[in-house]
Amino acid sequence: MGNLLEHVGIEKERVHFSWISSAEATKFVDVVKKITEKVRALGPNKKLKKQYN
Amino acid sequence: MHTYTEKIQNLAKDVLKQGKAEMVIGFKQGTIPMAANPFVAKNENDADNLIWSSTCGLNLANYLPGIKKCEGKIGIIAKGCDSRNIVTHIVENKIDREKLYIIGLPCTGMVDKKQIALLFDDEITQFSEEGNTLIVKSETKEEKINKQEYLRSNCKTCTHRNPVIYDELVSDLVEEQIIEDQFADVKKIEAMSSEEKWDFFDKLTEDCIRCYACRNACPLCYCPTCFVDESGPQWVGKGQNTDDIKTFHYLRAYHCAGRCTDCGACEEACPMDIKVRNFTRKLNKDSLELFNWEAGLDISQRPPLDTYQPDDPDDFIM
Repeated sequence: MGNLLEHVGIEKERVHFSWISSAEATKFVDVVKKITEKVRALGPNKKLKKQYN
Repeated sequence: MHTYTEKIQNLAKDVLKQGKAEMVIGFKQGTIPMAANPFVAKNENDADNLIWSSTCGLNLANYLPGIKKCEGKIGIIAKGCDSRNIVTHIVENKIDREKLYIIGLPCTGMVDKKQIALLFDDEITQFSEEGNTLIVKSETKEEKINKQEYLRSNCKTCTHRNPVIYDELVSDLVEEQIIEDQFADVKKIEAMSSEEKWDFFDKLTEDCIRCYACRNACPLCYCPTCFVDESGPQWVGKGQNTDDIKTFHYLRAYHCAGRCTDCGACEEACPMDIKVRNFTRKLNKDSLELFNWEAGLDISQRPPLDTYQPDDPDDFIM
């Protein structure tokens, strides 16, 4: 799934996949931190953002 | 007349006469040159209308799930890609193998009608073929062209011209093409930057009129209600918004992942000449590289998205 998104021009660092059990709270926090860091570095998303006007 | 036409007519007559099948799905000549209409022959007289030419580019496997009332078997004429979609239908439990009588047709490729039309300023009035030579006429001129140069792009890279499943054959099997780099087109896009890719697909889909001809021509698209037609919830906007158009194309492609046989029916049907295979080609490349999978080759194999293997690639999971 990620491969086609990357193929059509969505930055690879914007889409992440992980497998976290409900018992893995610390892993969840780690993953979310990593993702926010990467996405913040990319800046706001401008693609696939529908304009309603 | 194409050399296959008479053979198809005779085979279909024989099949219908002997009751091997109740109907034979094939093509008949359309109302204009270079148009071949899907056609169901139900008796021997009907079978006289069956034809074959290099313009029979639609995928006949598309019509199988729609046939509800048929006591006996369904006969179908299947070129390589059609046969692979028949296999996909069988694997996905859309139809039983026992319900089918498959007349296999070793294919030598279909022509790109839109490219041929570009050779003329006026309308094409006649189309015929002699072996590898296509003779195309309009009111003002006549062109003799080499079929190999005007093949559809999916036929140029096809490595499964012979049917993979059949009860009888129209002719001897043809030699399969050896393609050095099957996915050169996909690699070209992969080499682009994110922005360039985005712009490429923006340009690609800018003419889309949301007619859904690509979906309707596709044998994989058989859901009773397609996601684009649902209104509760509405998955994707129905207007001409560029993001909605792209979302439709992305989602349609995802639905074809690991199932697409690259038959080219979507591009054949597109009235705006949008190369929609650019979406599915990437998924086909991934299927082959990640799962060593080409869709519709064997009725005993389950598709990669429907099986789990401990060694499935998982390097995308963080």
